[in-house]
Amino acid sequence: MNRPIRRVAIAVGVLMCALLINLNFVQVVKSDSYRNNKNNRRVILNEYANPRGSIIVQGTPIAESVPTKDELKYLRKYPDGPTYADLTGWYSLIYDKNGLEDAEDGLLSGNDSRLLGSRITDLLTGRTPEGGSIELTVNKAAQRAAVKGLGGRRGAVVALDPRTGAILAAASSPSYDPSALSSHNLDAIQASYKKLNDDKEQPLLPRAFQASYPPGSVMKVIVAAAALRDGKKPTDVIPAPNVLPLPNGGTMRNFNGESCGNGKTTTLIQALTISCNTAFGQLGVTVGQQKLQDEANLFGMDGQDFSMPLTVSGSSMGEIKDGSQLAQSSIGQFNVQMTPMQAAMIAAAVENNGTLMKPYLVQQELAPNLSVLNKTDPQVQSQVLPADLNLELQSMMESVVSSSSGTGTKAQIPGERVGGKTGTADNSDATGKPLAPHAWFTGYAADDAHPIAIAVVLENAGVSGNESAGGEAAAPLARDVMKAYLDDTSGR
Amino acid sequence: MPVTQTTGEIRVPTRRSAELMLLVFAIAIVFAAEAIVEATRDGRINSHLLTDSIVPLAAGLIAHLVIRRVAPYADPLLLPIVVLLNGLGLVMIHRLDLGLKQQSDDGTGPKFTGAAAPTQIVWTALGLVLFLLIIWFIRDHRVLARYAYTLALAGMFFLVLPSVLPARFSEVNGARIWIRVAGFSIQPGEFAKILLTIFASAYLVTKRDVLSLAGRRFLGIDLPRGRDFAPLLVVWLICIGVLVRGHDLGSSLMFFGLFIVLLYVATERVSWVIVGVLLFAGGAFLAYQLFSNVQTRVTVWLHVFDYPRGIGLQVSQSLFGLGTGGLFGTGLGGGHPEIVPLPATDFIISSFGEELGIFGLVALLVVYVLFIARGFAAALAVRDTFGKLLGTGLSFSIGLQLFVVVAGVTRLLPETGLTTPFLSYGGSSLLANYALLALLLRISDAARRPAEPGRHAAAEPVTPPQAVVPA
Repeated sequence: MNRPIRRVAIAVGVLMCALLINLNFVQVVKSDSYRNNKNNRRVILNEYANPRGSIIVQGTPIAESVPTKDELKYLRKYPDGPTYADLTGWYSLIYDKNGLEDAEDGLLSGNDSRLLGSRITDLLTGRTPEGGSIELTVNKAAQRAAVKGLGGRRGAVVALDPRTGAILAAASSPSYDPSALSSHNLDAIQASYKKLNDDKEQPLLPRAFQASYPPGSVMKVIVAAAALRDGKKPTDVIPAPNVLPLPNGGTMRNFNGESCGNGKTTTLIQALTISCNTAFGQLGVTVGQQKLQDEANLFGMDGQDFSMPLTVSGSSMGEIKDGSQLAQSSIGQFNVQMTPMQAAMIAAAVENNGTLMKPYLVQQELAPNLSVLNKTDPQVQSQVLPADLNLELQSMMESVVSSSSGTGTKAQIPGERVGGKTGTADNSDATGKPLAPHAWFTGYAADDAHPIAIAVVLENAGVSGNESAGGEAAAPLARDVMKAYLDDTSGR
Repeated sequence: MPVTQTTGEIRVPTRRSAELMLLVFAIAIVFAAEAIVEATRDGRINSHLLTDSIVPLAAGLIAHLVIRRVAPYADPLLLPIVVLLNGLGLVMIHRLDLGLKQQSDDGTGPKFTGAAAPTQIVWTALGLVLFLLIIWFIRDHRVLARYAYTLALAGMFFLVLPSVLPARFSEVNGARIWIRVAGFSIQPGEFAKILLTIFASAYLVTKRDVLSLAGRRFLGIDLPRGRDFAPLLVVWLICIGVLVRGHDLGSSLMFFGLFIVLLYVATERVSWVIVGVLLFAGGAFLAYQLFSNVQTRVTVWLHVFDYPRGIGLQVSQSLFGLGTGGLFGTGLGGGHPEIVPLPATDFIISSFGEELGIFGLVALLVVYVLFIARGFAAALAVRDTFGKLLGTGLSFSIGLQLFVVVAGVTRLLPETGLTTPFLSYGGSSLLANYALLALLLRISDAARRPAEPGRHAAAEPVTPPQAVVPA
């Protein structure tokens, strides 16, 4: 009788082997797929089991985790959500992460390798592990002024500290409240997301960093810089006809067919001050495509995305095939694309003696015990112009604001040396139908203690054919933000 | 204590010291597991550590002392393995109590109706009492053969009772396999399993010669004679009955598989296995055609992820738990096994898989394999036919039950709703399996006990020594 018993034992052994093979399939082969299945709540439960670090602006959290009574132990809250939505992004159960919540996720969640030590200590002491926090460079007063100034209109504001590259303000409009996407109620999140995502005004788009517009006359600052480097002086007389015939066919006119000065020539400084199209169209052709492109690259317009640590879309002059296109590109039309961030970088470089500082948003990274893990040191990105030539560019940009004939007079701040450049950019919709022009202003207040550079864009804020949109709509907003910052920092 | 007992000229080691050492080792593992659960969940060690590890320790020590006295030659591995499994089960049940309570507090799970671990401790104590009674009073397992028909009647009564009782006394979670009286609920099928194994072994000892007579040859196989099919058909019909009335796929499969194996071992005829498998396949096909609950189980098995919230919730969450556990698991107390419905009974294997990973779960299965292997070794070594059949049946029943359970929660087979022996929460299961342990120990004691002249006169011829050593 022992032979059949042995066989039965072997049969049981075979059954056990089948179990082991199947376990390998379930727990090894399919492990990741099961773990990340959307109906598996375990991973999210673990992610929400520990408090996430805060995002801090001048000592006040703009994103923080608060304990709750429900299954997901911590709720992400954004106390002043819409004001800082471009920066924080959201942290959602079903729509992933975005903005700094994504870019700084390692530190905020506590998974960063630099936090390994404190995680082991937490494990041994039984303390709840926490994520680290980040402190931003943003100035509350400037940020609030930007949001207030935008007032729900489609557009964006970016402000920089020109001497360091620190981002002082970055706001897009219309905005949204990230708290609506970070709640624990799946239905509510879905409804909010659908509404925001379907909105034609694209509230979820971080315009300050990721929307590209034709820059219009803002481009003239770069053309002027290239001309100065090429040996031109601000007082040099340059051609400024009412109608400029283009090298490869076509003509260029000024807005409303106006003439610049005598209708034949003007000085370089005057051409920038009144934003003369024909003068700069010709100037760009005279300087040449290569020199113009080199100068644009120095200002950062190399077409490459960069991270600060949020992703900023690349700005570029686009492809230029002939002289006519080069003339159009020199007044910021044709294929030229610029983000508000890039426009602010132009003003910042001019304010800072021609030295362009790398923009950054994170002042310092803090461990859960608030010890500093990392402090951002300002870094030079490029020298856009030698300092002596840059002084001339400054005088030209300041003329735009201070001269009675300048287009940017509404950016004046009493007692401050303000420079700038307006822009009114023609654009069209997807079908080619012309839309109202975008209003631009980029400039700076060269305050000794607290300088600020700024860019403002308001989508379709102008009237077609009227050059004044940038000066009328964008310049006052830029002034208000700069003033708010100066008042705040000087304690006025 | 002497490590050997002298009987005439032969000295056979009793191995009781090995048992004690292994017992201490098993308790150490349970102790560590409970400490990890408490450290992870509460951040500190608390009083449960004592109860959850002292209870198995005390149970193990008492059982050990009694075994020394009444079954000194018993296999030294069986008791420590049971204590280890029972202890780990307690730890996991306590851990699931914590998780289920939290889920209830958070409002995301069913209402927490009270901790299960203290009840399981009581059942462990009762299981020990039953174990002691059996091993103390049944000094020779062959006695059981004398009461075969009485035990069979009791077994049948247990098996059929829930099916004939009104549903309000017998139905839990859709399966009518319970008897619920005055707040107590027992699953009599667990006891029926052992009682019917005893009966089948005794019955086959007397009928094996007749049953192995060859009938007609068909396709090169000797078929049994037509009239000898009767007992097999009776068992088959009972199993179908249990399936139909009780909606209990698992038990039905268990009983039939068990009977076929005993029939095969007794007659050494493969033809019985073939006939049995065909009958089972036919029955299963009929059941699938006729009963919606069987169809549901098969649908879940084939398309589990199409029903993530409805009928497929249990199995899909079980797979998610196992997948999340991956290689090393989340650590005891670190996962969310409470998400799987019935995590402490039918799905306790998934709970272990999620928190200990495939390494931990395979280790657990290896422990079971050791237990089953020792059971088969005792069956091989014991001298009497009844003992061989009983030992084989009991060992095989643990193996088959484990296979059906693990295959069910890992989607190798449709899920059937059986408990995991010694590990799962549940009084009937624990009590019945402690009784099973007592019988296996008794058989292994008989296998290794040196023959005393005259005492084994009634037994079969002694198996040659080389056959005593398990393969």
